[in-house]
Amino acid sequence: MADAHTKNHDYHIVDPSPWPFVGSVSAFVMAVGAVMWMKAMLIGGIKAGPVVFGAGLIGVLYTMAAWWSDVTREAERGGYHTRVVQISHRYGMIMFIASEVMFFVAWFWAYFDASLFAGEAKQFIRAEFTGGSWPPKGIEVFDPWHLPLLNTLILLTSGTTVTWAHHALLHDDREGLKWGLILTCVLGAIFSVVQVYEYQHAAFGFKGHIYGATFFMATGFHGFHVFVGTIFLIVCLARALKGHFTPKQHLGFEFAAWYWHFVDVVWLFLFVAIYLWGSHWGAAAAAGH
Amino acid sequence: MAHAATAHEAHHDHPTGWRRWVLSTNHKDIGTMYLIFGIVAGLIGGALSIAMRLELQEPGLQYFTNPQTYNVFVTGHGLIMVFFVVMPALIGGFGNWFVPIMIGAPDMAFPRMNNVSFWLLPAAFGLLLISMFVEGAPGSTGFGGGWTVYPPLSTSGHPGPALDFGILALHIAGASSILGAINFITTILNMRAPGMTIHRMPLFAWAMLVTAFLLLLSLPVLAGAITMLLTDRNFGTTFFDPAGGGDPVLYQHLFWFFGHPEVYIMILPAFGIVSHIISTFSKKPVFGYLGMAYAMVAIGAVGFVVWAHHMYTAGLSLKTQQYFVFATMVIAVPTGVKIFSWIATMWGGSMRFTSPMIWAIGFIFLFTVGGVTGVVLANAGIDRQLHNTYYVVAHFHYVLSLGAVFAIFAAWYYWFPKITGYVFSEFLAKLHFWIAFIGANVLFFPMHFSGLAGMPRHYVDYPDAFAGWNRISSIGSYIFAFGLLVFFYGCWQAFSRKQAAGENPWGAGATTLEWTLSSPPPYHQFETLPRITGSEH
Repeated sequence: MADAHTKNHDYHIVDPSPWPFVGSVSAFVMAVGAVMWMKAMLIGGIKAGPVVFGAGLIGVLYTMAAWWSDVTREAERGGYHTRVVQISHRYGMIMFIASEVMFFVAWFWAYFDASLFAGEAKQFIRAEFTGGSWPPKGIEVFDPWHLPLLNTLILLTSGTTVTWAHHALLHDDREGLKWGLILTCVLGAIFSVVQVYEYQHAAFGFKGHIYGATFFMATGFHGFHVFVGTIFLIVCLARALKGHFTPKQHLGFEFAAWYWHFVDVVWLFLFVAIYLWGSHWGAAAAAGH
Repeated sequence: MAHAATAHEAHHDHPTGWRRWVLSTNHKDIGTMYLIFGIVAGLIGGALSIAMRLELQEPGLQYFTNPQTYNVFVTGHGLIMVFFVVMPALIGGFGNWFVPIMIGAPDMAFPRMNNVSFWLLPAAFGLLLISMFVEGAPGSTGFGGGWTVYPPLSTSGHPGPALDFGILALHIAGASSILGAINFITTILNMRAPGMTIHRMPLFAWAMLVTAFLLLLSLPVLAGAITMLLTDRNFGTTFFDPAGGGDPVLYQHLFWFFGHPEVYIMILPAFGIVSHIISTFSKKPVFGYLGMAYAMVAIGAVGFVVWAHHMYTAGLSLKTQQYFVFATMVIAVPTGVKIFSWIATMWGGSMRFTSPMIWAIGFIFLFTVGGVTGVVLANAGIDRQLHNTYYVVAHFHYVLSLGAVFAIFAAWYYWFPKITGYVFSEFLAKLHFWIAFIGANVLFFPMHFSGLAGMPRHYVDYPDAFAGWNRISSIGSYIFAFGLLVFFYGCWQAFSRKQAAGENPWGAGATTLEWTLSSPPPYHQFETLPRITGSEH
């Protein structure tokens, strides 16, 4: 107010915000709590880890909710999301997804290091442990043509329903948008439930074996992304019901859809690499390996 | 737009006091916080290195009664200097300050996210400092396995919580950098002023663009690797344990797939800064602008496929080693393009040896020394002998401590008048240069000799035969540290005598957009976007 400048450009000069600082302090608290929890450290004789971690987590979640509420408000009511700002947001989301892809590269790398070189001669301790084969000796793998195939179809179908919702939105068909999103969220939830069911019936454990380590961490991080993506879509559904989004401007929805397709594609790679190729296209499971 | 403009006016306040900094959404204020953070972390990281040189000044144990504490100091020094000094200063500090201005933008693309990139750093640094004071290896505090955090020393070797704090510190610092990278890429691709085509963009912006891509694509892989460490340590997975079918070398691959781009992340911004300084004080556009820009792109791209030259002694097959030797040598070509283009820029220019200029020339000389020893080390056969000796320590300190850090000081003296509005004493800046130049060379050059003679890294003690060069190295470190006193005195003097710098203290050679603004620039620059008509570089 002190200065009488007028802004002659379409960029968004964002107001000061408490969320970055609050979020960082929360992340710090959460990290301290996580270590205290993992190491069962004591404060005054009490295992305070879960409490400290929980406090930090609440702070982080609150920050996310409050921050993105601000963004939504700026988009819907502030008119700050001009054309050029929207392009920036697209760049930002694409870059974020690119970084997520690289995160999964690490887990695929670990998987292929173990599966392609299970019998490498110079790693004799490992070769002895795995029997030089993949899946390793003594590991009873999932039949890929059973639940994993079902889950693949569920995710692919959810990819089509979210596209339906998108087209409905573009044609200002609010009912189509609503039902497309509801179906996508339901399919996402079913995927997660099936995944949990599958985990509970795994014939191999998480601990002590590279098969379980690579399987559960890779599919587990994917599952976590499905969970996050489902929440993202639920938020979009809630916003759609509140009347948010127009055929011309609906970045929040688009990003949820992009994220959902990314999660979908990661799953296809997991399905092909871990479930199919990693079980000799099902032969290992059929042989009761 | 009318609507947005009104809303903008209504909210438009310049917060003061603590709110200005803690709640900031201003790229210049955030850049300033990054710079101050880098200086504070630099003092801590530097103090650790002085303690190491005090210990190594004589053979035998002087100060570190527990040798593991020395290892903790080595590790802390490395992690702090990489993640909390060089990266915050070059990328967060100067990048934040000058990328938007140089491309003619009013701020970064995501000003609020910019602030979380900054504030996550003190959180991460806090975790790293806590790590040094809680149990790591049985019976001693801190993690002492080196900044690379290789298993099994980082899994079964340090069962205490120290490294868990360290891992989460790296997770948070990594998140900060990824968000920063997204911000820089978006800003540079989408917010260039009208007429500022990508091929007219100043080289510092080019450098930051490439750096940001390296961060974006390499850090998530580190995040994956240290997450595997975390689960191996705490939840019973066996990613790196052969007894459970894992592979400790997998960690090295994942780490260096990040770690090698990381060294370019630290040096590319320096390349950009040096290009501007050399051009300014030669009063010539940079020689071979496009070649300079695409040399950085090439370094960045090839930098992703050379990682295993850090692992020649880890048991890679001969064919693999051959590939990595070749690929690594290829990087010398675009790097040579940079060095020769700087020289060609100076050639025939009206050169002025101001303080930023001599720091930049010092950078070119020292970086070239480090680059040449890098080519030596790229050879798998020679590296078999030199791996983990002080020759390697000399090499990477010539490119980082004398390369990146000299570029930080060059940038400091170049942009200090712009950032603060005050003139920095030329005499003190040059005095600082000569003390630092002599100190750093006395410190690191003898390490080539002790390394060639076979002195290993990471050891608190050494045979008497290495005493001579070690004593000289230690003296060099004290000289360098004394130079820092001159630096701080110079800062204090500049702020107390308040001699106004004016818009452009460097004259006609300084052509980038920041020199068209007042010093310090207005709180929000370019309320009306500048129009770029020619290529100024």
